[in-house]
Amino acid sequence: MNDFVEQLAARASDEGLLDVAYATVDTPVGSVVVAATKRGLVRVALPGEELDGVLSSLAENVSPRVIAYPRRLDEARRELDEYFAGERQRFELPLDWSLSHAGFYRRVLRATAKVPFGDVITYSDAAKRAGSPRAFRAAGSALGSNPIPIVVPCHRVVRSGGDLGNYGGGPELKRYLLELEHAI
Amino acid sequence: MDQALPPFQAFLEEHLEAVRAFLRGMVGPTDAEDCLQETFIAALRAYPRAHSGNLRAWVFTIARRKAIDHQRSRSREYPTADVEQVVDRANSAPPADAGIGMSPRHSAIWAAVAELPPGQRAAVVLRFAVDLRYREVGEALGTSEDAARRSVHEGLKKLRRSAAELKEMTT
Repeated sequence: MNDFVEQLAARASDEGLLDVAYATVDTPVGSVVVAATKRGLVRVALPGEELDGVLSSLAENVSPRVIAYPRRLDEARRELDEYFAGERQRFELPLDWSLSHAGFYRRVLRATAKVPFGDVITYSDAAKRAGSPRAFRAAGSALGSNPIPIVVPCHRVVRSGGDLGNYGGGPELKRYLLELEHAI
Repeated sequence: MDQALPPFQAFLEEHLEAVRAFLRGMVGPTDAEDCLQETFIAALRAYPRAHSGNLRAWVFTIARRKAIDHQRSRSREYPTADVEQVVDRANSAPPADAGIGMSPRHSAIWAAVAELPPGQRAAVVLRFAVDLRYREVGEALGTSEDAARRSVHEGLKKLRRSAAELKEMTT
């Protein structure tokens, strides 16, 4: 099964037929699913998200041509390994933004992508950087819909009172990541 | 309206073994893997336009076409044999497309299946190697349930004749 799928995926990729390749990465916080199109990393699914659901949503929202093909994700997997080992502060991966709504949501995520390792900003900072200072609630929604968490570090956006705020992977994971980054 | 297409990976995992069994019956175990890859590459190419309603019938239609293409290119190399040659081939060990570990009798049966006309062979293989019901055989072949049943029965009749001849020649 696996040999066949690997050969098929390699050929599909060569022939330009593999729209979405995915792989799983084992991390200290659990198994993370990563998926990439020809353009770049399109999805990171945090532990707790079911693989089937992640793949179905990729099939529906990007392309149904989804196949397991870890080779396309070698670089992403390596950078995530290094990040969790404390050896990497910046991801250098091409990103495919097609799963985030164009407009304000995407501007919030792009602004968040620039927040450096070790830093945190507030939801209103994120809204301001996206060009709508008063839209901090909408900024929260945009961050909540982040299709590429960890790599687009929405965990670095926190509440102004010192509370860490919500996180798709759960508040414990947000705290874990911020502690890993020595940000709190 | 059709439901959303499942991710190709799920489609692949669901149908791979059945299509492999079908192709083994159609072209023999040695060539089946090549046909299997051709089948799923063709399926992947057309996948976004597929209808989620009956993906199994759809993939078998592609597999059958690949098997027929394969046999055409093969038959230019080896002109069709008659039953006598089939039996000869089956008795000379091991025939070109016998599976590893197949008994001579088993490979003789597959050699006889390989000599059926493509439509009957596909029907027999789908019914007995893939274990589909007649309705599903019909869907995969693009014919009615009755036509599928007739093809299987015609095919079996021919196989019985080959088996009888085989018995005569080997006893």
